Amino acid sequence: MVVEGEKIDQSKEWVELNIGPQHPSTHGVLRLRVKLDGETVKEVEPIIGYLHRNAEKLCEMDYYCDSLIYFDRMDYVGAMNMELGYLEAAEKVLGIPPPERAQWIRVIMAELNRIAAHLVWAGAFGLDLGMLTPFFYCFIEREKILRIFTAVSGSRQQTNYMSIGGVYQDIDDQIIYDIDQFTEEFPKKLEEIFNTFVKNDIFISRNKGVGILEPEVAIEYGVTGPMLRASGVEYDVRKAEPYLVYDKLNFDIPVSFKKDNLARFLVRFEEMRQSIRIIKQAIKKIPDGPYFNPKAKKSLMIRLRGEGEAYARTESSKGEFGVYIVADGSVKPYRVHVRSPAMRNLSVLPYLAKDVMIADLFSISGTTDLVFGEVDR
Amino acid sequence: MAEVKSGEGGALTTTVDQAMEWARSNSLWPLTFGLACCAIEMMAIQASNLDISRFGSEIFRNSPRQSDLMIVSGTVTKKMAPRLRRIYDEMPYPKYVIAMGVCVIQGGPYHLGYSVVLGVDRVVPVDVYVPGCPPTPEALTYGIMLLQKKIRNEAER
Repeated sequence: MVVEGEKIDQSKEWVELNIGPQHPSTHGVLRLRVKLDGETVKEVEPIIGYLHRNAEKLCEMDYYCDSLIYFDRMDYVGAMNMELGYLEAAEKVLGIPPPERAQWIRVIMAELNRIAAHLVWAGAFGLDLGMLTPFFYCFIEREKILRIFTAVSGSRQQTNYMSIGGVYQDIDDQIIYDIDQFTEEFPKKLEEIFNTFVKNDIFISRNKGVGILEPEVAIEYGVTGPMLRASGVEYDVRKAEPYLVYDKLNFDIPVSFKKDNLARFLVRFEEMRQSIRIIKQAIKKIPDGPYFNPKAKKSLMIRLRGEGEAYARTESSKGEFGVYIVADGSVKPYRVHVRSPAMRNLSVLPYLAKDVMIADLFSISGTTDLVFGEVDR
Repeated sequence: MAEVKSGEGGALTTTVDQAMEWARSNSLWPLTFGLACCAIEMMAIQASNLDISRFGSEIFRNSPRQSDLMIVSGTVTKKMAPRLRRIYDEMPYPKYVIAMGVCVIQGGPYHLGYSVVLGVDRVVPVDVYVPGCPPTPEALTYGIMLLQKKIRNEAER
């Protein structure tokens, strides 16, 4: 099937517009070269690489345990999910599985961070469309999650909490109580935030029917995560290939068949509700026991040697996050490669933003949920 | 103006200078210039918990021509550095720069990389450095307060 679409007539003179890298609606350092016919977008060319920090290469220079910091800073709004993705692969290579309790803690933290990441997205998406109010509500809720992260790891955003063979430190009853309180209060607040969006007619009319992404095209481009699910494909790594203890938890995958901007928005909000459901179950079921594998004691950490190669995939807040590690028997990995979901989601933008109004270009690029630490790495 | 600042020019001009700097320090409008991780913490100081409007940074401006403070938040790469310099040049005087995070100060965790500028002070002059990876919003607020202090002291110098 044809994914590219027909090329525009190059003999005509189009108005060329350069957007970014410094622009309030590009979520970081995206640069777009747009060809316009009046106010209609004829062609969009995303230019990336303004935040290329060679994280993959730096992983080869560091011990297995040290590479975590680069993953923290990839998808910087969802650091726990990134750590999880790396550790799933690194633990396969090193042969150090985390104990039961650590797996449950990881699930709780990953889901909390999924909520935090979606809240940042919702706030920024509101800003893209000129809505200032939801941003403040989103960040108040996000601060509550960051307070829990500060209690467990000492850091707000780039947590570096999970470590090889477990987690950095155990969570005590106080933290479980805090998480419990949060899950009790959050759904009400979430509805408040949700209503500030959907009760706004302008918001609905700007997003309904805009940016239709057909499921065949989405699969062709490798789009995953909420974007794919909003196109009607029920695919989630947590269900398709369960890792950690997701097979013991009861949750649904939100799917929408409307395929437009509004569908992507609704899917992300429903995901937050499902995450709360997961956390509620997990804090009840969390078992006692060690929180790290004794083979990965802190004093032994830099002597860990890996053999072979491994690929692990996890569901981050953006989509399927894959890490591929090749080990050569030394204390450092030979090669680390990252399959970044945000980059695949960005690659579909030229298809989505064809023949739309220029104002819709930013509502479309907003729903792709771009984080440039991850796109450029 | 030099002799005025040395104190020989009389009380009036010095006081006007001070009043100007006082007004200037309390209306620092930052530019939305988010580069990487620190940008999320920069957004957090604008949000409700740490409202930067209390210190006069009322609103983040999207255009460099309307702002007088550039918070460089996040790793500056070699591809981005010329653009950063251009945006800095577009800002009207008087203009100030805060380097937020260790990446901006000296390269941070990426200082061994091939694509990272080792410190934004190689590209633009920096007034205040805020270390941390990323700095907490409280640290950035303190950085802005230090910058206000610096601006007020400029009149007295």
